[in-house]
Amino acid sequence: MTFTHFIFGNLSFSALPENAIAWGGALTVIFGAVIVLALITFFNAWTWLWREWLTSLDPKRIGVMYILVSVVMFVRGLFDVGLMRVQQATSVGDAHGILTATHFQEIFSAHGSIMIFFVAMGFMFGIVNLVLPLQIGARDVAFPFLNSASFWLFCAGAALINLSLIVGDFSTAGWLSYPPLSELAYSPTSGVDYWIWSLQIAGIGSLLSGVNFLATIVKMRAKGMSYMKMPMFAWTVFGAMTLVVFAFPVLTVTLALLSLDRTLGMHFFTAAGGGNMMMYVNLIWAWGHPEVYILILPAFGIFSEVVSTFSGKKLAGYASMVYAIWAIVFLSWLVWLHHFFTMGAGADVNAFFGIMTAVIAIPTGVKIFNWLFTMYRGRIRFTSPMLWFMGFVVLFTLGGVAGVVLSEPVADYQLHNSLFLVAHFHTMIVSGVLFGYFAGVTYWFPKVTGFHLNERWGIRAFWLWLVGFILAFGPLYILGFMGATRRLDHYDPSMGWQGLFIVAAVGAFLIMLGFLCQIIQLVVSIRDRKLNPDTTGDPWYGRTLEWSMRSPAPEYNFAVLPEVTERDEFWVMKQAGTAHAAAPIYEDIAVPRNSGAGILIGAFAVVIGFGIIWHIWWLMIVGLIGVAACIIVRTFDEDTERVISASEVARIETMKTI
Amino acid sequence: MTQYKPEEIAADSKSVFGFFTYLMTDLVLFAALFATYAVLHSGVFGGPTSEEIFNAPFALLETVILLASSFSCGLSLLAARRGNSRGVLASLAITFVLGAVFVVLELSEFARLAASGVGPGVSAFLSSYFTLVGTHGLHIIIGLVWMTALGISIYARGLTRGNMRKLALLSLFWHFLDIIWIFIFTIVYLSGIIL
Repeated sequence: MTFTHFIFGNLSFSALPENAIAWGGALTVIFGAVIVLALITFFNAWTWLWREWLTSLDPKRIGVMYILVSVVMFVRGLFDVGLMRVQQATSVGDAHGILTATHFQEIFSAHGSIMIFFVAMGFMFGIVNLVLPLQIGARDVAFPFLNSASFWLFCAGAALINLSLIVGDFSTAGWLSYPPLSELAYSPTSGVDYWIWSLQIAGIGSLLSGVNFLATIVKMRAKGMSYMKMPMFAWTVFGAMTLVVFAFPVLTVTLALLSLDRTLGMHFFTAAGGGNMMMYVNLIWAWGHPEVYILILPAFGIFSEVVSTFSGKKLAGYASMVYAIWAIVFLSWLVWLHHFFTMGAGADVNAFFGIMTAVIAIPTGVKIFNWLFTMYRGRIRFTSPMLWFMGFVVLFTLGGVAGVVLSEPVADYQLHNSLFLVAHFHTMIVSGVLFGYFAGVTYWFPKVTGFHLNERWGIRAFWLWLVGFILAFGPLYILGFMGATRRLDHYDPSMGWQGLFIVAAVGAFLIMLGFLCQIIQLVVSIRDRKLNPDTTGDPWYGRTLEWSMRSPAPEYNFAVLPEVTERDEFWVMKQAGTAHAAAPIYEDIAVPRNSGAGILIGAFAVVIGFGIIWHIWWLMIVGLIGVAACIIVRTFDEDTERVISASEVARIETMKTI
Repeated sequence: MTQYKPEEIAADSKSVFGFFTYLMTDLVLFAALFATYAVLHSGVFGGPTSEEIFNAPFALLETVILLASSFSCGLSLLAARRGNSRGVLASLAITFVLGAVFVVLELSEFARLAASGVGPGVSAFLSSYFTLVGTHGLHIIIGLVWMTALGISIYARGLTRGNMRKLALLSLFWHFLDIIWIFIFTIVYLSGIIL
């Protein structure tokens, strides 16, 4: 090994981007970063940013940061959508569109990985951080520092995936990198390694968050809040975090084994050496199928809160909702094989997994009916969260029915890997998961910031998303039946597909306009924040504990810890006229001190990942020592709490809003 | 015995629950590795089989050493209950030495195999063997680092509330690794020689 190789590993100038579009991506990332850094410096905001945000252990702050990172990653995911849709609408016959085949593959691989790991997961953990402690009457999560470390590991993964735009390339092996394509023999560049390590690092963050929130729910509920008195969102988070805790270790193992194959020449999934590539597919889906329920369950929880609040009624069938959640949690472990019926596991195995997959529609159907029964004879307010719900309930049901079609192994042999499948899972993830999170952000925004999101722009965004979604994915169902496969960068005009692809591109464009409306909504809302403040802390006439304190919720959440006697405690208190007791007696409250160790752990994690990706072993060791040092120093620190005095609490509680 | 405030007890039960949940995630991690090993056990690809390379008495020696370290780890907890910080340090030191000997033995076995051309890159079976056993060894090494840090902390600050809690968690971790090793001994070494 030469000295240069020791210092730089596999890194060389050939790792820089090769064509104009790739350079465009790289320069966007670089300029974006430079502009953000320059703005922070210009406004002299570094100290403020460090003290108030980057080192904060307040779950509400961490939640906001999660959502901001997700929005940034969402922009990148949407750029990928634009490129793919233009390519598929124009690359017909003699025309070859705007992308090379390799670049097209990089883009669909990046789109899937980013949207699941860095948009949906980030959004989900963001909302859970914001809402869960407030809903269960807790002042914090179980392990505030661990929460910060999880967030920065998530950021480290996001940083690595963006770094691949500048240095090296990204995986061309799809969002789940099946071997043997993802093995060194067929993907010799750093692309798959970037995929492995950005997901591995973010995944460990998710795993630790799962442990944290599980402990929060089990150990930190308010006095008197037995499980069956928890708000429905807390229940769905309980289910989702149970899945995180059992599913993510499998992802960790799978990614590690693939990495061992690629880096140390092992033979877990290789074609030669006795490896078994179908084992990879089994392992990754043993994580992957629970993962989709990890994303959708909290969205179900959000809709349960939204529907109940805006219908002015208690949630119909509370107990059946709870049983449905746990039925879904259980069944989600018994369906993974439906992702590869064509593996040839035999008729009996396929039949079992097909039936289990169809069965999972039952608890989901229970939930749909309960939401509709909640609306029935309610006094419904058609706010934008409610609109997102109604868009969801129609599209999600249709997508679910398409899922039942796919659950039949016989039909699946035809529809496998077709655009029908792509249309199906986008219906579940976009109109299910994303619509839910949009509803949640709109619903809880006043609680976090103290002012409302602009409703007019919210409604515009909703309609553009809804119409755009139908136009973008309706044609894909049809194209799937016509035989169009997924991941297609070019086709013959005689197939007669181009018209539908153009419609899909128009739909994608409308979705982007919808997203633009949401950005405008945010800007307008911040500009007009004095015009639409939330002065009461209970802007929607809500039912659960998070509406019982002032908005924005103070750092310690509850000045006086609540005691719960009923489901929908706050609603019951309002009915009984005991909601806002006069002049309570305040006491000193301990909150966690800020810590810079979380962001350092994230930074060292990037160093570890970069070192392994480029085989720069000394750098990897530096990163490992860094992480270990941060953890050890942190555990030696026994002065981790700060006390807010009773008089300070009283001052904050009686302060005027905005 | 010191009397603890209710909020301290609540904090402890939170830590124990959280750490136990983490151990369950680690258990799933090992389960996935065991499953991988079971699938790939026959994937020898012309290379040596488990029967040819495993050394039962050596594995038994490793087992005895690790079990002994679990015993001394338990003694440290008993000493901590009595508030005997020197006893805690002494039994932690014994645990550390036994753990370190275990790691050295394991590494020497890996080195012996690699020297005779039986490395993890030879076949799928060997990849899964080295990864499963190596992951356990890595956990032991992390445990040793933790033990060192905790030992220093106990030496410097005595049996504070925080150190007591960490000692309880460390012993959970150490016993957990013992249980995993029992499975490795049974499934990898014993079954690998008999079957």
